[in-house]
Amino acid sequence: MNDPILEMRGVSKSFFGIKALRAVDLTVYAGEIHALMGENGAGKSTLMKILSGAYRPDPGGEIRIEGEPVHIHGPLGGRAAGISIIYQELSLAPNLAVAENIYLGREVSRSGLLARGTMREGVGPILERLGADFTPSTLVTHLSMGQRQLVEIARALHVRSKILIMDEPTTSLSAAESERLFALIRQLRAEGLAIIYISHRMDEVYALGDRVTVLRDGRLVGSLDRSDIRADTIVRMMVGRDVSSFYKKDHDPEAGRGHPVLAAIDMSDGHRVKGCSLTVHAGEVVGLAGLIGAGRTELAHLIIGAAPKISGRLELEGRPIEIRTPGEALEAGIAYLTEDRKALGLFLDMSCLDNINLAVLGRDAKLGWVLDRDKARERADRAFTGLSIRAANAGVPAGGLSGGNQQKVLLSRLLAIAPKVLLLDEPTRGVDVGAKSEIYSIIDNLAKAGTAILVISSDLPEIIGICDRVIVMRSGHIEGEIRRTETSPLNQEDIMALATGTEHLDA
Amino acid sequence: MPDEGTAKAVTANGLAAAQETKRQRVRLLIRAAGMLPVLLLLCAGFHFLSDGRFFTGQNLGIVLQQAAVNTVLAAGMTFVILTGGIDLSVGSILAASAMAGLTLSKLPELGALWLPASVLTGLGFGLVNGALIALLRLPPFIVTLGSLTAVRGLARLLGADTTVFNPSIPYAFIGNGSLTLIPGVVSIPWLSVIALLVILVSWLVLRRTVLGVHIYAVGGNESAARLAGIKVWAVLIFVYGVSGLFAGLGGAMQAARLYAANGLQLGQSYELDAITAVILGGTSFVGGIGSIWGTLVGALIIAVLSNGLILVGVSDIWQYVIKGLVIIGAVALDRYRLQGSART
Repeated sequence: MNDPILEMRGVSKSFFGIKALRAVDLTVYAGEIHALMGENGAGKSTLMKILSGAYRPDPGGEIRIEGEPVHIHGPLGGRAAGISIIYQELSLAPNLAVAENIYLGREVSRSGLLARGTMREGVGPILERLGADFTPSTLVTHLSMGQRQLVEIARALHVRSKILIMDEPTTSLSAAESERLFALIRQLRAEGLAIIYISHRMDEVYALGDRVTVLRDGRLVGSLDRSDIRADTIVRMMVGRDVSSFYKKDHDPEAGRGHPVLAAIDMSDGHRVKGCSLTVHAGEVVGLAGLIGAGRTELAHLIIGAAPKISGRLELEGRPIEIRTPGEALEAGIAYLTEDRKALGLFLDMSCLDNINLAVLGRDAKLGWVLDRDKARERADRAFTGLSIRAANAGVPAGGLSGGNQQKVLLSRLLAIAPKVLLLDEPTRGVDVGAKSEIYSIIDNLAKAGTAILVISSDLPEIIGICDRVIVMRSGHIEGEIRRTETSPLNQEDIMALATGTEHLDA
Repeated sequence: MPDEGTAKAVTANGLAAAQETKRQRVRLLIRAAGMLPVLLLLCAGFHFLSDGRFFTGQNLGIVLQQAAVNTVLAAGMTFVILTGGIDLSVGSILAASAMAGLTLSKLPELGALWLPASVLTGLGFGLVNGALIALLRLPPFIVTLGSLTAVRGLARLLGADTTVFNPSIPYAFIGNGSLTLIPGVVSIPWLSVIALLVILVSWLVLRRTVLGVHIYAVGGNESAARLAGIKVWAVLIFVYGVSGLFAGLGGAMQAARLYAANGLQLGQSYELDAITAVILGGTSFVGGIGSIWGTLVGALIIAVLSNGLILVGVSDIWQYVIKGLVIIGAVALDRYRLQGSART
């Protein structure tokens, strides 16, 4: 093989004495797609920020680009070293045209005046090379997410980057857009770029990765060549223990079958959800799988009345029920854990105590309105011990907690109403491995106690690990259902086939 | 002895945890104290510069009386800003309420009803603001900017654009009388008593009721509040209603103090003083963080500044400049202090 384009040797980074990265090595060659995997908090983003110049590594390590030792300082340093990063949240100015975005910070001017024409001509060839279906003068606000990503890539190419880092680029893309992006990434590889592809989606790593490097708790676990890339190996490397003991499923999968708690019939929002029906039984954990954008979260929002529906009805324990707002859903005993706990779930400035009690304040109150502070404290203390929430005390603001503890605080709020139905949307997103395992056992215990649980998750090993039954959605429709049986356990391939609609091709 | 080792580690952990909570308690205390040190420093400074004329019973009474109306307006403003909103119309609502009250007080049979009438006028305008913001989802700045102008017009209309006098207005004592605590020694102006009661009631609502938590929740994260089942629209109507109600009360206080009101002049730019008091009190402009006690301190800082600068003999023109700079400086200090605590 040729010489590596990027070599990192023994790179460490600590924040206030806490090691976020411990002596990590990474070697990337030109013309390869190098997948970087690891749980949240494993150190992926720290590593990336060191390469971009946002963080300065601890002394002792070494970074070489094309054999030359480099020191990367500040965002311009990363660009000067030939490294470009495309973040999850794209960094484009939507009010400016494509060309102006690509030239942002390096505008061409002629005697003090902006040379728009020159800039537009300058980006034309690159857009053409990338197969863009828009012009340099299009305003970014008119572009789809996939097209915006293309602008970011064009910007990287325009500054002649040799290393392109992409951080979960498909998060906000549709399936078709993702496919187009993959084709483009392969084209860039053929042109000799080195691509570091950060993702924790196994299917993408399968599809793209020439090599995979796995990080865990800030350490390098190892690198695999393409021929050795297997899902279970990677999961074991990421999680650090055998997966079978990681997921907890002790509840009886046959329990309560025939006692449906929630039935949603023919739900549509006229846009992302098209006539979906599903049933969840008492004591059952049902997975709702599908690609990003398949309409799973939107379906959950329809069920709890957070979005207006154009058709559909609900039955709770066999009786029809009308739910128009999330408040009515909670009153009926249907609780929804949002996938975006910071934006839609928690009140980060409020204490854990208030966050936990929020849904039951009215019910607990004395004289209808006066807070019962003793009851609230008791409930918070019970949640802290019951769910092993780690924080100095219940009075600290929820925003200061780690992702896992925040999720447990939010979960406590829902459990306070003793829900009959629990809709969990990506319950372990942004949660460290330890807390993940704890959340799985909370789910398991709730199922044992007879709660009907629907788990929306993009993490297939998780769905397979904790669910009794999987419903798969694709482009707003329920595509099919797979039931776990004694003889045939759930498997990733069947779910992916339904989610991507490829099962017809195989047949 | 591995057991002893673990035991030691456990005690060490316990100690660290105890120290951590202690440090947190100190931090919370500093946060709660907020601008209080600034207020005390200002008082001491003016006392020194004015050769001891600040801390006299008479002068303190004047300061408290001057702070009263702004305190009441700022209390209502605190509710609104805690939800992340703003109410620019309180000065105009105050004027309209005072005009309505005074007009009614001149009717022989209904005269005694002027006080509730003026408070309810304020509540009415506040509820209209709230309904426009909560139900039509219009931005608070725009809605209350509109009512700032429209209600000012209504205030002028009520008195046919003249000053309304009523030298024999009922309950005039609340405007100029004092509550005697120790005869001949300590008495508090009724205006200040009302202001303190308003602060106390606001504190009870904000900190001891379900509605209070909901107000903080809506300001902290409106989408999360909606998803958590909180009736966001009801909370918004409530806070603008409270702001209007307190503005109406402020109008009644002014009417009782002056025996007169002029729809054009009364309450001009009072909203700015109220907003300043809230911000000085450490309430976050984006909502979700803040306390009513901070607002009280903020209102007192403004009153002490006006009073102290006059005592010291600073010209009216320079008073403006100094007041503005103190406000910016105090908030800058506050930012710096909070940043420091967040970093550790």
